[in-house]
Amino acid sequence: MIWNEKYECMERKDLEALQSKRLRGVVETVCNKVPFYQNRFLETGIVPSQITSLESLPQLPFTVKDDLRKNYPFGLLTTDLADIAEIHASSGTTGTVTVVAYNREDVALWAEVMARTLACTGGTSADIVHNAYGYGLFTGGLGIHYGALELGAAVVPISSGGTKRQIKLMQDFGATILTCTPSYALHMAEVISEMGVDPALTSIKIGVFGAEPWSEGMRRELEKTWGIIACDIYGLSEIIGPGVAVECPGKEGLHLWADHFLPEIIDPNTGEVLGEDQDGELVLTTLTKKAMPLIRYRTGDITRITYQPCPHCGRTAPRINKLKGRTDDMLVIRGVNVFPSQVESVLLEIEEAKPHYQLVVTRSKGLDELEIWVEVDEKFFSDEIKKLETLEKKIQSEIESVLALRTKVKLVEPKSIERSMGKAKRVIDKRIM
Amino acid sequence: MLVKQISVFLENRSGRLHEVSEVLKEAGINIRALSLADTSDFGILRLIVDKPDKAQQVLKSSGLTISQTDVLAVEVEDKPGGLAQILGICDSGGINVEYMYAFVEKSGQNAVVIFRAENPQGAIALFQKNGIHLLSEEQVYSL
Repeated sequence: MIWNEKYECMERKDLEALQSKRLRGVVETVCNKVPFYQNRFLETGIVPSQITSLESLPQLPFTVKDDLRKNYPFGLLTTDLADIAEIHASSGTTGTVTVVAYNREDVALWAEVMARTLACTGGTSADIVHNAYGYGLFTGGLGIHYGALELGAAVVPISSGGTKRQIKLMQDFGATILTCTPSYALHMAEVISEMGVDPALTSIKIGVFGAEPWSEGMRRELEKTWGIIACDIYGLSEIIGPGVAVECPGKEGLHLWADHFLPEIIDPNTGEVLGEDQDGELVLTTLTKKAMPLIRYRTGDITRITYQPCPHCGRTAPRINKLKGRTDDMLVIRGVNVFPSQVESVLLEIEEAKPHYQLVVTRSKGLDELEIWVEVDEKFFSDEIKKLETLEKKIQSEIESVLALRTKVKLVEPKSIERSMGKAKRVIDKRIM
Repeated sequence: MLVKQISVFLENRSGRLHEVSEVLKEAGINIRALSLADTSDFGILRLIVDKPDKAQQVLKSSGLTISQTDVLAVEVEDKPGGLAQILGICDSGGINVEYMYAFVEKSGQNAVVIFRAENPQGAIALFQKNGIHLLSEEQVYSL
């Protein structure tokens, strides 16, 4: 079902006209109401009246995560707190906490884009959404929640954790859509199997997985294990939370709701805007957010964009590729760029290994070493050392052929890598920079 | 004539071996013989115990990675040349030894060599033909 056909299936020229009009509006607003942008525009010599169309967009300065930190907590708001309806904050795992605020219109917008998102994966008002994204300051839980309500579905706000209880309630309630991180879905499947139930026999038919990059191999594994269609959902709290883009069941890119979030792909090193079908960093401008609009926000996510209408669902909303990784997840090892998702896709092709892994980076005598910890599948455990060493070498050479980098593979005990309820921690960087 | 050996996958992590021995202690399992093979990242603990099925079950339920392997227990005289005789038979009979370890029986008269052969049935036939005494499961578990 297409939730909002007018906007999801807009002709490109109409979309661009709408985006241009909305862009002029948001530039004017931030220039009048946010001192940070006033100063930034002054410094770069931008006059809002010069921003007349999308062609002027590259003249505008970028906004980065650090700008949010420096303006903690409410420096980027266009309004005073009396108008604010909801405040979220990042976990602050990679630095100081960043705050995002919504007024009532923003919350309604969030519900709208999330309703589109869930409908795009095949969800309807008849569905029961088992929402295992964390509820709280993290936007994942509540974003899905608002969307499910808007769609008219029933939502079970189970949040994350307490996996056995989750599984019981999921079965008792007959939930049909599972929303959580892909790594948690994998963990849940593991626990269900241990309880003697085949995950494919549960009532779940659609998985809406996101908040961390995951590979096509992981998708195949999840779809097979759960007997579902697994769609990738994309979003970030700075822009709105979940609900920026999502796959339809055709799974050829994520439909991005470009009438509200204006996308660009740039070269992360030079800042230069790249064309369609070129890999680069996704930059988003919020066109309609009221309380905390952001201009040209650098997401750190690496992808590409196409404006070809979707051959599966007919939406014209531009599609971004399944994310390759984040610029800050990307490891540079001896000059080679490594994304954890590349390692994951290799592991999923190897029968004896499990897709539970961790990358450990160390530096000795100025040389970076990448160690890949892989859980060995119990079924293939052999008491002969040479067989296990052969397996290590096999994984090592497969990874070398994909990354063009020699790594050290270390087999670890099954279930010894920490299972995450939210975003999986794939990289341990022990280098002292 | 095959004896059950329990193998445990161990990460090279301090305290891991102790954890395994605690699990066996709690379950009242007595170790008859053991060998620890290690590489730079992991080790494999091989155990002959008095109650192999129970040992497998308790180790598995405490989250360890286990496999059960059939091995041979060969009795040799505890004197110089005892092992050489057995290996000479293997060699002449074309039996490859994957790994082995040995211990001395309580009586002190004999030693027991635990063998993992590539072809266990072939090894049994070869030893029997050459008059070598193989211990039965019951004999080994109750040593």
